[in-house]
This record gives sequence, C-alpha cells and structure tokens, in this order.
Amino acid sequence: MRTIMAIVEVVDETALELAHAARSLGEVHLTAAVFGAEDAGCAELARYFDRVVNFPLSPGAVFDAEHAAAALTPWLAAEQPFLILLSHTNNGLDLAPLLAARLDLPMLADCLELGLRDEQLTAVRTLYAGKVHARVVADAKGGALATLRPGAFDGDEAIDRGGRIETAAVPPGPPARRRLLETVAAEAGSVDITQAEILVAVGRGIEEQENLEIVQSLAAALDAEVACTRPIVDKNWLPKSRQVGTSGQSVSPKVYLAIGVSGSFQHLGGVKGKPFLVAINQDAAAPIFAVADVGVVGDLFDLVPLLEEKIRARKG
Amino acid sequence: MNIIVCIKRVADTSEAEIVIQRGGQGLEEEDFAWGINEWDNFAVEAAVQLKEQHGGVVTAMTLGGEDDEEVLRRALAMGCDEAVHLCDEAFAGADAWGIAKALAAAVRGRSYDLLLCGAVSGDAGGGQVGGFLAGLLDLPLVALATCLEVGSGNGGTGGVARVRHEVESGLERVVEVDLPAVVTVQTGINEPRYVSIRGIRKVAGAEVQVLDGAALGLQAAELGSAGARVRLEELFLPPRGEGAEVLEGSDEEIVQRLVEMLHQRGGL
Ligand SMILES: Cc1cc2nc3c(=O)[nH]c(=O)nc-3n(C[C@H](O)[C@H](O)[C@H](O)COP(=O)(O)OP(=O)(O)OC[C@H]3O[C@@H](n4cnc5c(N)ncnc54)[C@H](O)[C@@H]3O)c2cc1C
Ligand SMILES: Nc1ncnc2c1ncn2[C@@H]1O[C@H](COP(=O)(O)O)[C@@H](O)[C@H]1O
Repeated sequence: MRTIMAIVEVVDETALELAHAARSLGEVHLTAAVFGAEDAGCAELARYFDRVVNFPLSPGAVFDAEHAAAALTPWLAAEQPFLILLSHTNNGLDLAPLLAARLDLPMLADCLELGLRDEQLTAVRTLYAGKVHARVVADAKGGALATLRPGAFDGDEAIDRGGRIETAAVPPGPPARRRLLETVAAEAGSVDITQAEILVAVGRGIEEQENLEIVQSLAAALDAEVACTRPIVDKNWLPKSRQVGTSGQSVSPKVYLAIGVSGSFQHLGGVKGKPFLVAINQDAAAPIFAVADVGVVGDLFDLVPLLEEKIRARKG
Repeated sequence: MNIIVCIKRVADTSEAEIVIQRGGQGLEEEDFAWGINEWDNFAVEAAVQLKEQHGGVVTAMTLGGEDDEEVLRRALAMGCDEAVHLCDEAFAGADAWGIAKALAAAVRGRSYDLLLCGAVSGDAGGGQVGGFLAGLLDLPLVALATCLEVGSGNGGTGGVARVRHEVESGLERVVEVDLPAVVTVQTGINEPRYVSIRGIRKVAGAEVQVLDGAALGLQAAELGSAGARVRLEELFLPPRGEGAEVLEGSDEEIVQRLVEMLHQRGGL
C-alpha cells in the first residue's frame, strides 16, 4: 500500500482536508506528522490518520519552519513516503519548498485538485491570481510533495481510524540558523469589522486614495463598515484592521459588497459564513464573480454613487 | 552588505481578456501589460534601502527572454548596481524548479549576505523559487517578510538579520537569522520608489551581464521544459460553478434591482 505523510501545523480543518485529499488517491496508509501537539490533539488526529507522529517541541517553542525542515528531512528521507502533503498556508510557504529541495522531490504547489495516474501525480492549480487554471503533472516514481489550498478540499469524514500515536525521536541537529525573538499579534484597530453586519469592501479598482470617499459615503448610507483588500493597506490608505483575508481579518457579515476587488483566494479566505455577496467589477472574468451571489459588470465610479443615491432615496 | 535580488517580469492580467491558445499550452499575450512582479518590486526597494543604510552592492537577477531585460533596467533605475540576465532559448518552459536551479548556479561563487525574492509571482504564483533556492544553496529561509533589518554582514562571512514575517492567524513573528540567508518579501514592507522614464533612460547604457546555460555549467537535460519536474498538460478557463447572477440593463435599472435585492436577500 502506498504511504502518504501529511505535515500538520495545527490540528484543525486543514488537517482533515489533507486527510481527505490523500484518501481520494485510493488505498493509502496515511501518517500525520505534527509538532508539539497535546494528547488531545494527537487523539483527534488518530481518528483520521492511520498513524500520528508527534515531534516534540522544547517548552515554550512554537511551530517553526526552519526547525520543522531540519527535523523532517532525515525522517522523511528514511520513511520514503509516496507523497508528502502540506497546506498552502503561510507556514506552508515557509516550509514546503525548502523541504522539497532538501529531499530533491518534485513539488506541486497550491493545488485545488489532486489525482493519480499510474505513477504520475496530477493537479489543478491557478495562474494569474485565479484567472486561468492549469492541469499539471509530475512524475512521482521517486516520491513527490504537494501543497493544498486551504478550503479547496472537503474535510475528511469522521470514521475512527484508531491511528497509532508515537513520539518522534529527534536527533540533536546543528544549532538553529533562525531563532524566534518574539511573536507579534495584529494591532487592534479603532473599528472592529468582524462585528459588522454589512461590509463594503474596496479593492485596487478604486485607483486613488481620494476616491475612497465614494465608498465611505456608500457605507455610511448603508450603515455599513468599510473593509478592504491588502493592496489598499499596503499603500497606507486604510488601516490594517480593515483588511479582510488570510493575512488580515476573518469576517462573517450578512452582506458583503465587494467593489473593485478581483477575488483572490487570500482575500476570500477571510470572508466566512456565506454572506449575501455582491460584486461590482468591470472585468466580467474577475474570479470574484465565481463566488458572488450577484454581480454587476461595470465601472465602479458610475455605479457606486448611483447606488448610494438610490439607497438614500429609498430610506427617505 | 551585498544583496542579490531575484526579479521576474510578469503579465498583469487583472484587466485583460484571457484567450487560451489552441492546444491549451499558452495564452494570447497581445493585450497584456507587462511589468515587474508586484512582490519583487518591494524586494528591490528593500534591497536598495539596505544598501543605502549599510553600503555594499545590490545585484538584480532575472531568468527570462530578451524582453525581460526591461525589469533589470527598471531595477537599475531604482538603485541596483548590477544586473544579471539568465537568458537562453533552452530555458523556455522552465518550471519553478528549473528557474531556481539556474538562479542557484548563477548565485554560487558570488559574495552576498542576503538573497531576496518576492513571496510569490503573479503569474505562476507557487511561492516556491525562494524556498527552492534556500534548499539548493543550503541557506536558512524566512518567508513572507514584512520588516527586514540587518546588524552586520560583510560579503557572506557572517552577521545576522532581524526579520518580521507573517505566519498563521494574523500573527507575525520576529526571527533572527544567520547570514547569508534567503528572505522572501511580502507586499507592504516598504513604499517602492517611483521610477521615471528619465530614470530608466539614465541607465540605458548600463551593462547587463547575460549568462546562458553553458555559462552556468548546466546540462541541456536540466534546462527549460526538458528539465521541468512539473509539466503543463493544459490551460483552461476556471469553471464558473454556480457563479453570480449577473444583473443586466442600464446602470439605472441595475442599481434599482440591486437595492431591492439588498433589501430582500440581504435583509437591509
Ligand atoms: C501570503 C499572502 C497573503 C495575502 N493576504 C491577503 C489578505 O489578507 N487580503 C487580501 O485582500 N489580499 C491578500 N493577499 C494579496 C492577494 O493575493 C491579492 O493580490 C489581492 O487580494 C488583490 O487585491 P485587489 O482585489 O484589491 O486588487 P486586484 O487583484 O488588482 O483587483 C482589482 C480589481 O478591480 C477591478 N477594477 C479596476 N478598475 C475598476 C473600475 N473602474 N470599476 C470596477 N472595477 C474595477 C479590476 O477589474 C480588478 O478585478 C495576500 C497575498 C499573499 C501572497
Ligand atoms: N524567472 C525568474 N527570474 C528571477 N526570479 C524569479 C523568477 N521566477 C520567480 N522568481 C523569484 O521567485 C519568487 C517567487 O516566484 P514563484 O515561485 O514563481 O511564486 C518571485 O517573486 C521572484 O523573486
């Protein structure tokens, strides 16, 4: 039977997605490698994986990609799994390519689908921020590594696998070349967009800082808060506390109005709870339209002021 | 403080119509606007700022076709000192692994403290090349840097950098990393300087070192599509799935409908 190793950062939904993707490849023996997990976390993983290998962390330490790569490289080289799976998260970006290079394995990054054809691993991945999809293939005869986009795969069902739990013996390696100094939490902003029922999210389509006014004015008419994409924060036009996405806030409003937002997975990763999603974008092929409930293809500079006017008129 | 910064010229397709060529192996590129990869622009700025503080030499490096020299000129105009163009027809069809192997070959033997990449490229978007380079060159890696400071560093003989970088759940961590190291740069780390046409013209005469596969000591089997570990089978347009209900009509009509929908379905 083929063995697959999932490298699990934290015991959460992404771990179940790795399990589900692995099981979809046929009869496999599935191991989870996890770092510094508590007993409860290991027990939870053992319900989905055939084997759980817990790599101990020294007291106070957190998951660190450089440390994980050092610990995993010799272990994986000895175990020789058919496939190594990780999530395409920030930590995944830090660890997966390094691991692939050290183990000299082909790597498929940020996969939306995964398949197996003889000894070849196939995947679907996105190009150009989601405007194009590509079917790609790698020869997996000597093993391969793939990272999976969070949320793109279903989570595994709870069949209790009764996995064996072990603690890995990590030989003392050379001193770490990268050392943790501190962890910094996101600054709390003056507004909390996570509590808003209606969010008006603005993206790079707004073009200039001055133009934000039309969006702010629309938000006021809707009693909504203004949210935004990352490029707006990068330019310091709005504070970080208004950024929605995988490196910003997770929000779950009732209504989400996306204006001049292309709909990257990093942005949409922060939009939870299936709000009523309206998108205004002049590009009919923008990925946001694939997930929106209602779309308006047009120029935001015409549509946004008009929308505000009609909303105010209706309110009376 | 010597720095090598890897940059890529990519098409900005955010407003372009996508037409896939018959056979599914490429895109019609006429309408595309080309430029430096967004993340790499921040990486170049970071490199130039470090040089301005600490002295040293910044080398911009790209692997790509002849037209891609344009991004090297742009990097020179931003303040990079040297430009290296890995250019060879045999590189065509290279995957991230092939790109990293060629870049690693070009970097070996140079003296540097930092090797900077963008976090991801806007076209391929795998976020792999930086990590591959760290693995191939046996250097420590820090991905997704949002702040980068160096203590000392003198041409690859030691020193440390302090790097803040994004991890999960909106958290960032500050790490100290031994130099030389590979750091991948996230957007927002700085405000990239403006590049004027005049600035580009000023560097028009600057030398760009061109290296082909042979100069890098690479075999034909390692290059381009021949050496690719990940092969493209087919490009296709994303399935629309359920997709949005797209409102049609005049702006007046559309907006009127939208207001009603916001009330009915959005519960306004
Ligand atoms: C590790 C990582 C983490 C990230 N985290 C986040 C995150 O937390 N949040 C986030 O948002 N991004 C994040 N990003 C960035 C993300 O990849 C995208 O670059 C970003 O979301 C794009 O923002 P945008 O939609 O505003 O801009 P673009 O993608 O440039 O889209 C602008 C849109 O505006 C439209 N437009 C232009 N003019 C008009 C007009 N006049 N009228 C109507 N429409 C118009 C265009 O058609 C286009 O679709 C992250 C990236 C990485 C690599
Ligand atoms: N052809 C290339 N030439 C130089 N650098 C590149 C090239 N392709 C990718 N890179 C670097 O690697 C980073 C990540 O790219 P990718 O792995 O394609 O997402 C980019 O931001 C660049 O810094």
